[in-house]
Amino acid sequence: MTNGYLPFEKPLIELRDKIVELKKFTEEKAIDLSEEIATLEKKAEKLEKEIYGNLTTWQKVQIARHTSRPTTLFYIRSIFTDFMEMHGDRLYGDDPAIIGGIAKLDGRPVTVIGHERGTDTKDKIARNFGLPHPEGYRKALRLMQQANKFGRPIITFIDTQGAYPGIEAEERGQSEAIARNLREMAGFSVPIICVVTGEGGSGGALGIGVGNRLLMLEHAYYSVISPEGAAAILWRDASKAQQAAEALKITSADLKSLGVIDEIVPEPKGGAHRNPDQQAAYIKKAIVKHLNSLLKLTPEELVEDRYQKYARIGRYLEPASKGSR
Amino acid sequence: MFKELFRKQRKYATIPSEQAKKEIPEGIMQKCPSCGTILIAKELEKNLKVCKSCGYHFPMSAPERIGSIVDVGRFFEYDAELLSEDPLSFPDYTKKLKQDQEKTKLNEAVVTGEGTIGGYPAVIGVMDSRFRMGSMGSVVGEKIARAAERATTKRYPFILFCASGGARMQEGVLSLMQMAKTSAALEKMNREKVLFVSVLTNPTTGGVSASFASLGDINIAEPGALIGFAGRRVIEQTVRQKLPDDFQTAEFLLKHGQLDMVVSRLELRDTLIKILEFHA
Repeated sequence: MTNGYLPFEKPLIELRDKIVELKKFTEEKAIDLSEEIATLEKKAEKLEKEIYGNLTTWQKVQIARHTSRPTTLFYIRSIFTDFMEMHGDRLYGDDPAIIGGIAKLDGRPVTVIGHERGTDTKDKIARNFGLPHPEGYRKALRLMQQANKFGRPIITFIDTQGAYPGIEAEERGQSEAIARNLREMAGFSVPIICVVTGEGGSGGALGIGVGNRLLMLEHAYYSVISPEGAAAILWRDASKAQQAAEALKITSADLKSLGVIDEIVPEPKGGAHRNPDQQAAYIKKAIVKHLNSLLKLTPEELVEDRYQKYARIGRYLEPASKGSR
Repeated sequence: MFKELFRKQRKYATIPSEQAKKEIPEGIMQKCPSCGTILIAKELEKNLKVCKSCGYHFPMSAPERIGSIVDVGRFFEYDAELLSEDPLSFPDYTKKLKQDQEKTKLNEAVVTGEGTIGGYPAVIGVMDSRFRMGSMGSVVGEKIARAAERATTKRYPFILFCASGGARMQEGVLSLMQMAKTSAALEKMNREKVLFVSVLTNPTTGGVSASFASLGDINIAEPGALIGFAGRRVIEQTVRQKLPDDFQTAEFLLKHGQLDMVVSRLELRDTLIKILEFHA
């Protein structure tokens, strides 16, 4: 029964179990416990609000990393129709950690790309847990260039711990692959919408994440470094990841107030995995809304809109400038 | 105002590096960390901080680099007044910024400006690894993006000397987004067909190597420079195997097709002049 529940959800689960038990008892023994049940249900409701309404950063990270959290392929199949997956970077190989292809959004052709971390163990291993190699980013670039050529909007789903830190990845130019995507994405003249669905792991996330609009699921996180990595650097202790997560300001609410994301997409109570279909519907609604507004822009305006979005991000002091720009 | 800037530039060339201060209290001798040769500090400076014995390239501060590349008295700094904030109220960040400002006499980890090199005008950026390991926060990103924008407007080539541990953790996701901001500015340059030369020096890693540092029309590295995306330790822990000795060096990258050339610091200025001449 508690399978798949996170530690902080335990009190709620226990209470719910008790309610189920009482209901069963009522049926079996024909004793009226409706008053007690009603009280407990009220209590559960309150507890639920308390727990899910006040999630700490670390609890959100746990939800974002939940093993049953829906992955990109699920969202693609739920939100779009006629998905045709395309493979390969035409240079080296096909990286299953990034998937992409063409699909229809309410009948409109679009290009969809995303990190895919896999569902069962075998799938996860095959997809390297969603940690891409350079060929993944180069496949994404190829598909985006294709989209740009044929005037298709680009939708990307971000969900990775980061780009894979491996020998071959370095040899084949992990840095260059990501860097090139950042530059090229800045220049495409079609609408680009990026959705952070789970983990936004640094450069590996950003490598498919330069868009006109950046949306983020309520409990997703997006960070310059993993909480564990930051803890190791700051306190030489990876177990202080919770503290680091707080300090790094990585939640959707943080990113909204920092002016990085455009919209927080709500999650069903307890997280996307509690009701994947509803989650997909929420994401679709947000994508459609933003796409409709972007479709009103000309190709030149789309490029400029994206340029200005990133030009604005950052906080610094500029004493009254003496020089000219 | 120009006179002021002129004076500033002269001052740059004389600041001894932090490392020089530490290792030789009297500032007379310096030991090469690569071959162990004891070097006379003044001669080392004259030799652009390259070991005469083994060719090891000592780290160079931004002022030293500008002094070694730009025509004397021909550097006019941009945006020197930009200062970092502490947007996340990150533990100790303000204190560390202050320490580094005092140590380096710089406001931030990059110096940008314009000048001439061998008579050719160029926009120049130089990162300084003494300042927060040359990491990129909002100010570094903004200064580099503005430099690229000016280069585009003026149609001057942009030469950027990279030396950075990556994105600056203390500014969180704002630092990460500077990768996108700087790359977008370079996209504009690229579209306008203005030359961008990236010079990768020791170290160029993480978010900096995964953004502007890798985007040169020409990518040049100094010998022995550490260049890579992920840290060596992270990779070792992930793949659980021994990494080759030359892993993530400039030479390793050259071998794997990631660089146009590896150029000794002693020939770097001449190489850049030649490139500028080709694109004049």
